Amino acid sequence: MVDLSVNIGAITLQNPVQPASGAFSWEYNDVIDLNRLGALVAKTICREPRLGNPTPRMAETEAGIIQSIGLPGKGIDYFIAHIVPEYAKFTPPLVVSVSSESIEDFAALAEELSVPDVDVIEANISCPTRNSTGGNFAMHETYTRDCITAMRAKTRKPLWVKLSPNAGDIVSIARAAEDAGADALVIANTFLSLKIRTDNFRPALGNKFGGLVSPALKPIVLRMVYQVAKQVKIPIIGIGGVTKAEDVVEYMLAGATAVGIGYAGFRNPTALITIIDDLEAWCDARGIRKVTELIGAVRDQDMETDTLAAASAGV
Amino acid sequence: MAPDRLDGAKFRAFCTVPKLTQLPAIPYKIDMPVDPNTNYTNSALRVGDVDPYPQRLVGEFIGTVVANPAVNDEYRHIVLKVHAHALQAYAGQMFHLLCPSPDGAEVWMRRPMSVYRVDKAKGQIEFLYKAEGRGTRGMALLKPGDDFNIAGPLGHGFTLEPSWRHIVVLGRGVGLATLAPLSQLAAEHKVGVAAILSARNAGVVMSRDLFEGLGAKTVTVLDSDGSSAVENVEKILEGLIAENQADAFFTCGSNRLLKLMQRLGKKHNIPGQVAMEQIMVCGFGACYVCVRTFEVDGKRVLRRVCREGPVFNMQEAVGW
Repeated sequence: MVDLSVNIGAITLQNPVQPASGAFSWEYNDVIDLNRLGALVAKTICREPRLGNPTPRMAETEAGIIQSIGLPGKGIDYFIAHIVPEYAKFTPPLVVSVSSESIEDFAALAEELSVPDVDVIEANISCPTRNSTGGNFAMHETYTRDCITAMRAKTRKPLWVKLSPNAGDIVSIARAAEDAGADALVIANTFLSLKIRTDNFRPALGNKFGGLVSPALKPIVLRMVYQVAKQVKIPIIGIGGVTKAEDVVEYMLAGATAVGIGYAGFRNPTALITIIDDLEAWCDARGIRKVTELIGAVRDQDMETDTLAAASAGV
Repeated sequence: MAPDRLDGAKFRAFCTVPKLTQLPAIPYKIDMPVDPNTNYTNSALRVGDVDPYPQRLVGEFIGTVVANPAVNDEYRHIVLKVHAHALQAYAGQMFHLLCPSPDGAEVWMRRPMSVYRVDKAKGQIEFLYKAEGRGTRGMALLKPGDDFNIAGPLGHGFTLEPSWRHIVVLGRGVGLATLAPLSQLAAEHKVGVAAILSARNAGVVMSRDLFEGLGAKTVTVLDSDGSSAVENVEKILEGLIAENQADAFFTCGSNRLLKLMQRLGKKHNIPGQVAMEQIMVCGFGACYVCVRTFEVDGKRVLRRVCREGPVFNMQEAVGW
């Protein structure tokens, strides 16, 4: 039977399937066995309690949903006192996503979150509805470097950095994060989007802009993972449009070590368990002994090329 | 450099794209055909399946449609045969429905809907709905024998205090479908029910037979004859209060009627519960899409309809 475990720096995941931050909470224990997941990923927390954005917070589009939640939460003190113990009841490592509007506060939060039951700190420097100078630092190489350098100085916990698909050149931002001391890259957050209702001419979301969540993102994010994987040495967690086991395989072939899942868990609450079971069956059917054999195994070096087409291009 | 003349071996040599790297032999089979993804929801439970996670509170179920008839011009009544676990749903709780498409395009999100009736003896669960949006229009296309994926039961439903002997339910439109199982619960606990059914016209009054079959006294108020006006409903409620028929208030489906019951509840010190809805995504409290505003001890707070609701303390609801 296949060994599904993967290593992300010093952290071992029992399988490469984990929820995406914001799409998951310990309350999913009501419907699935959380101990089967690769990791538990808490919703992004901020320093102060926040109510979040006005409703409606979600709208359907032709190809997925757009949502703008606004990072609601009860603040870091409540989180450490009351939410971390909820996650500590389960065995997979706990990844805590964190956001702020300033680099100094990002660093301070990283320090405060360095408590025993937190296994990984995920720097959400890519919330799409935040300003690029006010927390959406992954839009710029320099801000990314400065923010991750500051966080790295304040914590010894594994530090994962969530990148933005809305940045122009994700490869240089990924390299900046790696240089600054990131242990892994999470690619990517949601795509900044807009929907306008034609019945009343108003934006469909209370916050106007939202992030697109959709299986349609998979080919785009897969391309980003592929490009970044060629240029960095640290592991990548691919997030975008995974709805079935073959999608996990695709991300791993492109160079990801693990995947995060959001939308599929909304559509089918038991989807993560299904995907883990199907991934195991997929590997077993092919005689794959270790799932890590798939990482970066895309056959992009011996593609069968139409020789006549190549000739006409060159002649 | 291009060859001088397009002939023979020289040309073929030119055209051959050299291999960039010699790859090692692949140690496993990669030439297998892609499986059609038949297992997409294989963790969802069908009737009779053994549950691999029996301690779950909420399940994802594939029910089989038993019937899905229209009950009047606007409403339909779907009956599903479901896994035994789904039958634990009680009055006011919801299921999150994965509706088929009405138009060939994808329906991306589930639709939350409160349970209309649970028939434990037959292993069936029922929903009463208005085919209005894309999800419910898709639902209207389901035929007996079709699969229908539902997740639930979700949230906190209605509660009855042991001291209550008579309750008043006031619902409008499809909101009555949410209140119907409450009258079943009340009947089981020998609590008297007075039901005020509000609708646009006589043709679309919901569930009067069901309420009366459970022993509820019903009053129908309509837009078509003006009887559904707030002032008239207020008179009816004041009458019930004067007759000591109102130990608690319950409502669903109308902001105006919620405000009325809040006002009378405050005036006469009558507790109340309201079932609310909101656009919902995950159903488990994770995504914070389905929040509504409440006022608790003078402070405005947000609560999740899927988790803290859908039934809330009537006096705390700010309305919509």
